[in-house]
Amino acid sequence: MSSVPTSATQPAGGPPRRLQAPSKRYGEKAIQGLLALCGILSVLTTTAIVISLVGPTIGFFELVPVGDFLFGTDWTPQFEPPSFGVLAIVVGTLNVTLWGMLFAIPVGLGSAIYLSEYASPRVRKTLKPVLEILAGIPTVAIGFFAVSFILPEIIQPIWPDSLLGGAVGKPFMALAAGLGIGLMIVPIIASISEDAMSAVPRGLREGAYALGATKAKVAIRVVFPAALSGIVASIVLAISRALGETMIVVLAAGSTPQLTLNPVEAIQAMTSYIATTATGDISTGSVDYKSVFAVGTVLFVMTLVMNVISIRLVRKYREVYE
Amino acid sequence: MADASVPRNRLAVAGARATTLAMLRDQPRGDVIRNTVFAGLLLLAVLIALAGLLALLIQAFAKGSSALSLDLITNPPSTAFPEKAGYRPAIIGSLQLIAGVILFVVPIGIGAALYLEEYADRSRWWNTLIEVNIQNLAAVPSIIYGILGLAFIVRGPLDLGFILAAGSLTLALLVLPMVIIAAREAIRAVPDSIRQGSLALGATKWQTIRTQVLPASIPGIATGVILAVSRALGETAPLLLVGATVFVTFDPTPFSPDGYSAMPVQIFNYALRPQEEFQALAAAGIIVMLVVLLAMNSFAIWLRNRYEQRW
Repeated sequence: MSSVPTSATQPAGGPPRRLQAPSKRYGEKAIQGLLALCGILSVLTTTAIVISLVGPTIGFFELVPVGDFLFGTDWTPQFEPPSFGVLAIVVGTLNVTLWGMLFAIPVGLGSAIYLSEYASPRVRKTLKPVLEILAGIPTVAIGFFAVSFILPEIIQPIWPDSLLGGAVGKPFMALAAGLGIGLMIVPIIASISEDAMSAVPRGLREGAYALGATKAKVAIRVVFPAALSGIVASIVLAISRALGETMIVVLAAGSTPQLTLNPVEAIQAMTSYIATTATGDISTGSVDYKSVFAVGTVLFVMTLVMNVISIRLVRKYREVYE
Repeated sequence: MADASVPRNRLAVAGARATTLAMLRDQPRGDVIRNTVFAGLLLLAVLIALAGLLALLIQAFAKGSSALSLDLITNPPSTAFPEKAGYRPAIIGSLQLIAGVILFVVPIGIGAALYLEEYADRSRWWNTLIEVNIQNLAAVPSIIYGILGLAFIVRGPLDLGFILAAGSLTLALLVLPMVIIAAREAIRAVPDSIRQGSLALGATKWQTIRTQVLPASIPGIATGVILAVSRALGETAPLLLVGATVFVTFDPTPFSPDGYSAMPVQIFNYALRPQEEFQALAAAGIIVMLVVLLAMNSFAIWLRNRYEQRW
């Protein structure tokens, strides 16, 4: 196969006709390179994130043993001697995330099934943008709402005094932040799950109807399993958002590191430690400064795992139906 | 004979219809109840989400209406006189931050999207890497971008110091993946026949992109940019790390080392103060922001519906 017959496209007798451009078109190449550079910038951003996290984190582990950091349960950087047991604030984050997801999964999935299977096209066309508005509300506004409305007007009147220590008289609690975060991620779950359900081919639904299935059965037994990877992806992405949410937990969850999943206790989340410690004039070399990066690394790794799972799941369902 | 068969046919059709309807209507009672309950629960889920949104809006108005006045926009913040305090430096700071974000994000976002959609060979691993990487970046917590800004832009390699431009660059990196993803979708929506037609007429690849693909995808790209900018406008956490401070009583400038403020950061600070006046100020600030963001989002949705092309 070494000699490809190039003369085949050449009309007999005439001058050789080439389909290539008459010039080398260096401008085109330059533009392609420039555009590729824009794409590469995103990879550089990730690299920069990793570099900026890893350097100070290693510095931090020279001062605090890795084991004490990862498995310690006391987070008291301000004490003398300080203790950096990250589990306390990891559990704080998980506490808030747990209650947020318990609210957002049923509400978000219910909305998604309603929009995809029950709503008329007109209702859907108005409801979807309204839910998208919820996604566009700044988190500082949701945090303010959580601490000045959800907590005093909803949780405290409803929560029974005898349950887990009662809710009265507490200015901050994980549950208030959790519900605020839940409200924030409902549109993420609803929107992505709805996309996944709408992508399920009509034929599957019609087949089920022809076999005599009711609407609810079609939604639960046919559409839901068929869209499952998209639905799980939306939930995983929502968890990632909830783990990384800052303003709502800073405003509503308090700043008391505690190893508890009790919803009516004040806690400290990883993000709120970072946001309240790394402000303004913290000195660069201090343990506190480096601890911010160590906590940031933990948070980054946790959300990275979630994001990768979510991205893979989304790709999977795209492959099946497109 | 034909006359006699017409009523008989009608009778047969009516009978068959009645039987079919009766069969269909005759679902088991349990199914009917279960169906209704299920639909009711779904509706409840939607209503809870809507009620949350409505309660948030109503509460902001109820708390903040007393502080709504022109002073809110024209006066600088003050701890001593909360009744006269406002958001002026924060608003000016936010506008400048956003201007910087747009300058950075529009060319680079569109460039990256064009590369990935028009040039990149999907089978090459590095292009897949860029793609997955952008999807991941879109979901990295905003506070991590704050850490990046602190370590890489304010200090470290770029070493800009705590200036407004550093905050702007941090926000730009934060929303860049959103812009790229939206622009890619808009570019992908342009059908291949348009490109092939242009190429067949002798246009080069770049000429095709510049004169056919880009004009056709501008509405979609603009929608994505507006949504990304409104996200940047409401973002607080990363700014806390890259130097947005609260008691800036003068109008900030992009490169001044005296510090800067931004709308959400100022709201956050007022919200932390327990006194009633500051709570009202925070709520009033939230109203201002929500009005601006709602206007931007509505414009984006309108733009999408108005100029959406059906090929």
